[in-house]
Amino acid sequence: MKTICLQFQVHQPLRLRSFRFFDIGNSDYYYDDHANETILKKVAANCYLPANKIILGLIKKYKGKFKVSFSISGVAIDQFRLYSPEVIRSFQELAKTGCVEFLAETYSHSLAVLKNKSEFKKQVETHTNKINSLFGQKPKVFRNTELIYSDEIGATVSKMGFNGILTEGASHILGWKSSGHLYVNAINPRLKVLLRNFQLSDDIAFRFSDKNWKEWPLTAKKYISRIKQISNNNDELVNLFMDYETFGEHQSRATGILQFLQLFLLSVLNNSQFNFLTPSEIVENYQPVSYINVPQPISWADAERDLSAWLGNELQIEAYNKLYGLSKKIENCTDQDLLTDWEYLQVSDHFYYMSTKFFTDGAVHSYFSPYETPYDAFINYMNVLNDFTIRLNKSIMTKQKKRFGEMEIN
Amino acid sequence: MFGWEFPPHISGGLGTACYGLTKGLSTIEDIELIFVVPKAYGDEEQNKLKLIAAGDVSVCGRLKILKELEKSLQYIEVKSKLVPYTDPEDFWHQQSVSGEKSGTPLKIDEKGRIKFTGKYGANLFKEISDYALTANLIARDNEFDIIHAHDWLTYPAGIAAKQVSGKPLVIHVHATDFDRSGGNVNPNVFAIEKKGMEAADKIITVSNLTRNVVIEKYGISPDKVETVYNAVEPVQQKRDLKLKKGVDEKIVTFLGRITMQKGPEYFVEAANKVLQKMDDVRFVMAGNGDLTNKMIRRTAELGISNKFHFTGFLKGDEVFEMLNMSDVYIMPSVSEPFGISPLEAMQSNVPVILSRQSGVAEILTHAKKVDFWDTDAMADAIHGILKYPALSKMFIKHGKKEAERLKWEDSACNVCSIYSSTLIA
Repeated sequence: MKTICLQFQVHQPLRLRSFRFFDIGNSDYYYDDHANETILKKVAANCYLPANKIILGLIKKYKGKFKVSFSISGVAIDQFRLYSPEVIRSFQELAKTGCVEFLAETYSHSLAVLKNKSEFKKQVETHTNKINSLFGQKPKVFRNTELIYSDEIGATVSKMGFNGILTEGASHILGWKSSGHLYVNAINPRLKVLLRNFQLSDDIAFRFSDKNWKEWPLTAKKYISRIKQISNNNDELVNLFMDYETFGEHQSRATGILQFLQLFLLSVLNNSQFNFLTPSEIVENYQPVSYINVPQPISWADAERDLSAWLGNELQIEAYNKLYGLSKKIENCTDQDLLTDWEYLQVSDHFYYMSTKFFTDGAVHSYFSPYETPYDAFINYMNVLNDFTIRLNKSIMTKQKKRFGEMEIN
Repeated sequence: MFGWEFPPHISGGLGTACYGLTKGLSTIEDIELIFVVPKAYGDEEQNKLKLIAAGDVSVCGRLKILKELEKSLQYIEVKSKLVPYTDPEDFWHQQSVSGEKSGTPLKIDEKGRIKFTGKYGANLFKEISDYALTANLIARDNEFDIIHAHDWLTYPAGIAAKQVSGKPLVIHVHATDFDRSGGNVNPNVFAIEKKGMEAADKIITVSNLTRNVVIEKYGISPDKVETVYNAVEPVQQKRDLKLKKGVDEKIVTFLGRITMQKGPEYFVEAANKVLQKMDDVRFVMAGNGDLTNKMIRRTAELGISNKFHFTGFLKGDEVFEMLNMSDVYIMPSVSEPFGISPLEAMQSNVPVILSRQSGVAEILTHAKKVDFWDTDAMADAIHGILKYPALSKMFIKHGKKEAERLKWEDSACNVCSIYSSTLIA
């Protein structure tokens, strides 16, 4: 019997409005509310709500046999509360069934773990508290931004009290090994590691509507036989980790993805060769087979499965360094608006938009980016960051003046 | 007069200079001006001249004349896609755009008019050739004493008009391909420039720098070439400023096309040097061009992108707003035939640092001059002007007076005497 571990990532970036040099110092509102609201509502209607409905229906029908897990970023939660609170309610219903596990991640869906451990810890704490207050669960398994992982990162996460972590079953770290087993972190074996089966996950997430794919059209039946075919005989796990937007947004409803989801889940539930478990259940009940060595960070992004999607060129590195260069000042900051902006400026998508990997300079960027070119993304972000820096400096100066003022009185 | 751009639809100094010159000429009693452009948009100021758009001229019934003329225009490589205003990458993009071949029939609309874009696109050479054809017809339809052609784009048109009417041709060299390309001239453009210079009865250059290039690189006799400096439009006081300076630091501004000729790399390097010593300064590169992305990368590489800003192309009033916020204006051009924008800066009370390799440096005393490659001197000048208020005040006070003394009426007067001497000869 093989266990299928379903994990869905729910995240929406906060897009910045067009912020010119002339706005620096003259305007402190950074976000494109119209775009953010429109896009969020659209994805909620096309994807989150209908997919949740399917899952809820199946959980209720199969009374405890169907298990699934989600990781929802803090930035997404903030936007749901502003624009589509019904999505939160929908997830709360799922939480009540007891068959849905919520994982921990950084509140800002950020890359903080690479630069600033204390900032990282703070963000995770904020996130787990939020998840607990909304869904009544204190997360025990961690899923870092875009599945970024390394031995070091695992060690840090383990010290924070988590039992398990998810990451990419990248070929270059697995070698001949299979993602179908449980592993442990190379530094701290108490942390169990679940590796994504990218081939089977991407069959749905990327290839589902690709007419040139030899398996198109993918039916539930075909997919299950693929699972049997691709996973090795002695594989215990089939780890399917996907972006939840796959169901209705990346793969549009017209492709029949939602029907596929329903049929696939039904077929598995009626098939005695498979069962569903949550990541925590797997961590508790399965024996890890070995260490997994990941000396350099990996991720689920692009062919390279590394950090190059966010930190691959000078623009990204410069923006990233300038952002985290402010960390020390932020530690002394108590202004709530500034702290909120600080959270939102760390969202990894900002750096993603500055990537020059697939697109020649000047060519139009893909569907994901609100900017025409990576250079526009860089300039816009840096303008906002500049304005933020000026405000931060002012707030620190005012604080210092106040403190000196008090000292003088005393 | 043959031009290519006319305000407000301009993309650089050429349009500004033509406008200024025509305004200056309009103050002279004995001059009547017909200004021809490839395309008119209908919102141009026409109260002091007669504006003719080549795109409005009908070729009906006169195709035979044009067929003859086309033969003499063979030297214009219409098929060529290598236009001077695009960079190598753009060229590959444009290769996929089908261009016109010479010998294809003229594309005319139902009224017999040829379509012109008036821009610098992939079909530039075809457009120049068509422009010359219509010039022939315009010359037949109008009465005039002198032909004045501005820059290489219009030389064939000027030559065509001279051939039809027999009137003398004065060509106005605002720039040469040597400046634009730093020595690697485009042979098609060079051929057109040289032919224009040889066919002209008189050549006007905008500076002695350019005059020397014409004499030495194009082999023209010095007697034929005369310098008439450009000037600057007086700035209107009391504009409602919409853009407020939002930062406390001083601002050093570069305003121009971000292309090799304008020396943006030297600006970035100088900025980096200044930032090592001074913190309360920001640098702004206002404009667009083929080197924009390379400059952005360089600033990221140097780690100065929190103090170095790119605004993109600034239109109309935004230029003045930017100048009003600036504490220093710098023009580090590698080879600038004249350079009107530093004059605009001086009018806006901004101290100016100029490249010695520019035409405008020949006539200014109250501006700091440096060699374009000397980033140390540039950094030093920037630092000095920002740190020593006395220096800054002096440049502002005297610079403004000096810029205001440069009037288009004076340039027009000089042009007028060149007309007279040409007509007598």
